[in-house]
Amino acid sequence: MQKIGVFICWCGSNIAATVDVKRVAEAALHEPGVVYSADYQYMCSESGQTLIKNAIKEKGLTGVVVCSCSPRMHEATFRKAAESCGLNPYMVEIANIREHVSWIHKDIEEATEKAVILMRAAVAKVNLNQSLTAGKSDVVKRALVIGGGIAGIQTAIDIADAGYEVDIVEKKPTIGGKMSQLDKTFPTLDCAACILTPKMVEAASHEKIRIISYSEVESVSGFVGNFTARIKKKPRYVNEALCTGCGICAEKCPSRKSKNEFNEGMDTRGAVYIPFAQAVPKLAVIDPTACIKFKTGKCGLCERNCTAKAIDFNQKEQIIEEKYGAIVVATGFNPIKLDGLEEYGYSQNADVITSLELERLMNAAGPTGGVLLRPSDRQHPHKIVFVQCVGSRGLRPCDKPYCSKICCMYTAKHSMLIREKYPDTEVYVFYIDVRTPGKNFDEFYRRAVEQYGVHYVKGQVGKIVNDGGKLIVHGSDLLMNEQVIIDADLVVLAAAIEPDPTAKSVATMLTASIDTNNFFTEAHPKLRPVESPTAGVFLSGVCQGPKDIPETVAQASAAAVKVVGLLSKDQLTCNPCVAGSNELLCNGCSSCEKVCPYGAISYITKEVRRGDFRRVAFVNEAVCQGCGACTVTCPSGAMDLKGFTNKQIMAEVDAICK
Amino acid sequence: MANLNLTSENIKRISGVDARKCMRCGKCTASCPNFEDMEYHPHQFVYFIENGKLDKLLESKSVFKCLSCFACVERCPRQVEPAKLIEAVRLTVIRQQGANHLLPDEIPAAIDEEMPQQALVAAFRKFTK
Repeated sequence: MQKIGVFICWCGSNIAATVDVKRVAEAALHEPGVVYSADYQYMCSESGQTLIKNAIKEKGLTGVVVCSCSPRMHEATFRKAAESCGLNPYMVEIANIREHVSWIHKDIEEATEKAVILMRAAVAKVNLNQSLTAGKSDVVKRALVIGGGIAGIQTAIDIADAGYEVDIVEKKPTIGGKMSQLDKTFPTLDCAACILTPKMVEAASHEKIRIISYSEVESVSGFVGNFTARIKKKPRYVNEALCTGCGICAEKCPSRKSKNEFNEGMDTRGAVYIPFAQAVPKLAVIDPTACIKFKTGKCGLCERNCTAKAIDFNQKEQIIEEKYGAIVVATGFNPIKLDGLEEYGYSQNADVITSLELERLMNAAGPTGGVLLRPSDRQHPHKIVFVQCVGSRGLRPCDKPYCSKICCMYTAKHSMLIREKYPDTEVYVFYIDVRTPGKNFDEFYRRAVEQYGVHYVKGQVGKIVNDGGKLIVHGSDLLMNEQVIIDADLVVLAAAIEPDPTAKSVATMLTASIDTNNFFTEAHPKLRPVESPTAGVFLSGVCQGPKDIPETVAQASAAAVKVVGLLSKDQLTCNPCVAGSNELLCNGCSSCEKVCPYGAISYITKEVRRGDFRRVAFVNEAVCQGCGACTVTCPSGAMDLKGFTNKQIMAEVDAICK
Repeated sequence: MANLNLTSENIKRISGVDARKCMRCGKCTASCPNFEDMEYHPHQFVYFIENGKLDKLLESKSVFKCLSCFACVERCPRQVEPAKLIEAVRLTVIRQQGANHLLPDEIPAAIDEEMPQQALVAAFRKFTK
């Protein structure tokens, strides 16, 4: 028989205002096995914990029930307290009488009754609890960063600076991500390349960082501290060891019809190309869908001109397999496709462009050499309309329901830069709300209005029609209660941003969760914002939610600290609440193996009794995460979860129904 | 008049429109092809009804000037559907006896050859049967 102590927390007035804690304490004494009960204002406080510790020592308790907040909050606190005075921590159970009772009920009678019932269920469980001992597993001292934008680069540099090996896997031929395409950055207007490229070089030259570019993670197995990733390296058709990045091949390539991704398709590149001048690694890559040699078998001009003899048309896809202790997701974002938002006529009019396209039109390395010329006739636009919230904050299928967060600021930046460089240009910004929460952000926006005379119009654009070279923008000015019609030369749409399309497959691969918008879910929205709920998987940058560059970098470093904290441990304590199979009951049907999301179950042939060899389930306790899927699937009841045995759960149900 | 329940609540009920979903972007008004003729514009219908100010809308000719082209419904990013709200106000008006904007007999004379078919069909929505 257990000797159980029940401790009821008031949580200040959080619980005590709705639950009669004295009555719960009194009721506890009538439960089987309970030898002591007490209530206290804050059980989680130092003195509250001392109360529990003293009771364990003085009354010789073998089990503890704490009626308090959610186990997510303080289960660890109370288990640690119990452990410090010699009680096995898994003999402590929590009855959640705050989130499940006091916060959701108003009536004291009802709430107290429910609190008593939950207490009774927890006592019934503890009566069947057994001491559990956690195992240990080794930590592989290497981290994987998926995505090589500013988020991935910063995370990798910080982890590497702490002395751990990092691999950055980037699907594009170069790292740098979206930031490499930007011209200037708000609110200081420093040039994006000037601050990003040193970081790219630092990552490339860091002795602890390996950049695996033009590659994608194909599969991941294992668990926190011990993941195994298969990385697919796409063929560049260029020998990385020999290529010097001189660019002769790109110059000589006769195929010139491919859209240049770096310039958002506003100019063309060769079939063999270097993405941009500061690309890291600075290596050429052949696009086999455009290459004449691949299509017709003839050409090979690049091969003949390459003095380094680096062109290799026979290169094959490679698989790299590596072990990692931690994985950071930094898969980033893309602007949404605007085909569904027909009213803006993006796909019909060359002069209706996205903000990212404008970045390239303003950039010295862009298709116009930094001179603002509109795409259709390469003329200077004199009247420019910016439209905000394009595809953001909408509920139609073509919209995203969230605010993309960065558009207000970059539009202020664009309008200001244009007015600065071309004062003869009139600039209109249609906005719904101007959102500028950030250091020096509102001042920046006000500068656009007050100093640069940008016309901010409160209202949205209803439609844009092309009228012989002019774009007729129909908008509303809600403050004037007027419909405004502007004959613009250029329209710039602040397109919503969405997670990269790979987010979904990466999430599935890592068993990390994503929300309805495909943003990665954090372990706790406030207190664990850079961790995924899946142990050992961390989040960096826009893959978790829209953010600007300073926020991304801050989160990237935060994720790195979490990784370093993990890698600095030699061993991890495993969760002892794992599944186990009763070999005498197991009939080897494989049901559990099929439902296990972690691949923790395999089958072995074992001599169950003398001469009786049977195929039975075997649980790898280091891999098992204790989800319990196998226990409910097992038709013969052979599978059980330690700490949550079928018997314990039935006892709880019985106690509730009593 | 008294038993017609002329309240904004009733308008919301018969139109099925939740005016609170509006984020005040004004895209409906930006899209309105008959903006010039409307005394009150689509975004004002939404705002007035949300704030219980129905009287002005009931008195305004705007309910009949609305073309029922549904451009505002199509483009509203928040799926507020202003035209449905306008229609509900209009129905409330014409359900009062003798409140028809036009009599059916007057229609042939009012038909304009250049008028799009859609406008004609939309016009029929504006009468009691």
